[in-house]
Amino acid sequence: MKKLSLLIASAFLFITVNSFAQEGDKGLLDKTLPDIQLKNTVGETINTGKLENDGKPMIISFWATWCTPCKKELNAIHDMYIDWQDETGVRLVAVSTDDQRTASRVVPYVDSKAWEFQILLDPNGEFKRAMGVNNIPHTFLVDGSGKIVYSHNNYAPGDEYELYDHILKLTEKKD
Amino acid sequence: MKITRLLAGSAFLFIGINAMSQGSISGNMESNFQYLNSDEKINAIQPDEKALLNTYFNVNYRNSGFKAGMRLEAYLPRILGYPDRFDGAGLGYRYVGYENELVDVTVGNFYEQFGSGLIFRSYEDRALGFDNMMNGISLKLRPYKGVTIKTVYGRQRYSFTDGKNQYGAGIVRGADLEMNFNQWFPKLAESDFRVTGGGSFVSRYQEDDNSQFILPENTGAYGGRLELAYKKFFINGEYTIKEQDPSQDNGYIYNYGKGLIINAGYSQKGLGIILSAKSIDNMSFRSDRNAALQDVTIGFVPPLTKTHTYNLAATLYPYASQPNGEVAFQADIIYKVERGTKLGGKYGTDISLNFSTAYEPLKRTSGINPMDSTRVTYESKIFDKSDLLYWRDINVNIKRKVSKKWTIEASYFNISMNNDVLKLTNEKGIIQSHIGVLDVEYKINRKHTIRAEVQGLWTVHNKDRGSWATGLIEYTISPDWFFSAILQSNYGNPIKEDRINYPMVFAGRIWGATRVQVGYGRQKEGLFCVGGICRFVPASNGLSLTFTHSF
Repeated sequence: MKKLSLLIASAFLFITVNSFAQEGDKGLLDKTLPDIQLKNTVGETINTGKLENDGKPMIISFWATWCTPCKKELNAIHDMYIDWQDETGVRLVAVSTDDQRTASRVVPYVDSKAWEFQILLDPNGEFKRAMGVNNIPHTFLVDGSGKIVYSHNNYAPGDEYELYDHILKLTEKKD
Repeated sequence: MKITRLLAGSAFLFIGINAMSQGSISGNMESNFQYLNSDEKINAIQPDEKALLNTYFNVNYRNSGFKAGMRLEAYLPRILGYPDRFDGAGLGYRYVGYENELVDVTVGNFYEQFGSGLIFRSYEDRALGFDNMMNGISLKLRPYKGVTIKTVYGRQRYSFTDGKNQYGAGIVRGADLEMNFNQWFPKLAESDFRVTGGGSFVSRYQEDDNSQFILPENTGAYGGRLELAYKKFFINGEYTIKEQDPSQDNGYIYNYGKGLIINAGYSQKGLGIILSAKSIDNMSFRSDRNAALQDVTIGFVPPLTKTHTYNLAATLYPYASQPNGEVAFQADIIYKVERGTKLGGKYGTDISLNFSTAYEPLKRTSGINPMDSTRVTYESKIFDKSDLLYWRDINVNIKRKVSKKWTIEASYFNISMNNDVLKLTNEKGIIQSHIGVLDVEYKINRKHTIRAEVQGLWTVHNKDRGSWATGLIEYTISPDWFFSAILQSNYGNPIKEDRINYPMVFAGRIWGATRVQVGYGRQKEGLFCVGGICRFVPASNGLSLTFTHSF
């Protein structure tokens, strides 16, 4: 009985999801940023659903101070960030998933690397869960209308160029 | 339980009915499959089923403030290292809720944390098989700008048996208030000072099921916290007290528990300094006083140690928090030697130093009769430590980009661990080890990178399992492929027959948010730790396959 209801529920879901994907402009699976209340590094509450970049692309990158590939990715982007911003106006929001064990490391680490990204703190993984993130690093690209158009769950040196190609595609489309 | 299931059911109906509306669905899935061989040399046993599988499928739905979601879980049967009471397939997590600027209500399962989590943290760490989610109701209010009130009420997940969640015996109730004074007082907002404060109260009810003692059925815990910052300096702290909570963890004593965590830091471009201190006494807090291991913890005591990532430094002698009592300190320095200088080279050099230590707290028993009817067995003071060392770790890491193509990273760790307390192996006393790691990366071109690690671990007096070496080679093709091979060798084990090699190979393919990883080889038994919580994973030999996807 229990298994049956489970089956029905998932079938239901599957059908609904499918019927959505084919309809109109914004399908059910078109992902936007969910409304989660996170703190920034000065203790202000920020609603993630309201994050935007004036119609220009935005990167949301999940990281942690103990995650080596995450730091490699963000440091690689940091080296090119000025050029990226000049050329496309892109903005990066780095969401730290450090829990209480390492949370106090976030600000000193970011400052010491002189990152110019906006930093948000997600110590109990609320935003991470809402975004469907399995593992970090996981990087999302949001277009000017708030739709998530690309995401990548890994970092290997060179991935930053792939990401930038997607950003360029977005800005070219607009011109 | 039935009501929430009904609610979740109607939520899905709601989704169906609203088929035309603008809601959005997101979620992910993860599958871990293992096919195991038996391997007598490392005591790896082939299970009767030969193959093991854990699968999770998460779906979240949101539509103008309304939210609902669920997770299907399957253990067919559970992979190695998971608690053996996890089995079957079914609904492991479901909720419905509504959220706007003022309120946020969730009915069903939810995760939450108060302050630093010392007296309340409900979270999931799937890699560990840890999940103490709540089942009940959570209500959050944001009545004024900068003020958040959180309330929680429910039972915690204890297990997942026969495809069904099993919840702990006790009921957990709590409230938390947090104020950001800068958003509250405009004058403060204009200054360089930042002040945030908060307070929380958590209470557990559990029936007195003990014939020997009169147990308190309601146990409260409360705490206050404050963060002050001025320009680039910050200091924050949280102090918590737990009322009488006789439990299996503390040997059914009636002492109050107390915990204090302080962090202070300073940072500027190229430099970060963090100092932390922690004093914990009798702070194990669970929703079932008879529970053990990782089960139904209400509070979370974070360890004050660096999270190491290199294999030998991370997995051989890790530290786990001691909720029954510890006094711990940590210092961290992150420094970047400027580029263009002699020491910094062309691109600059990154140096990080870390020191952490933990001691047994001093328990004064003079003038106290532990056998008297109060069962208050000792007195303790904050930061009053004995000479008994639990843990010490001194480590340094230097990273330098030598040229456009080459990056070199060198690390040294000196770790002392009290095995009488942490009991990782059969060895007695303190095990001290020196660990060295050399990590070299070479970028062949924009897409192709090769990286190699050489690691060595030597225990002082060749104690415990003696010396280890690890070699690793990793080849990545951005953005789709990775390949790696790792060989770990216990070449210096004092027992000759135990000088075992552990080879492993991995390959993976990434398509955006989808990832497949295949691994084959031999893995040593050991503790797998995340965030100071550890899971024992038996030795294994075989094939592993991991699939993750998010949408």
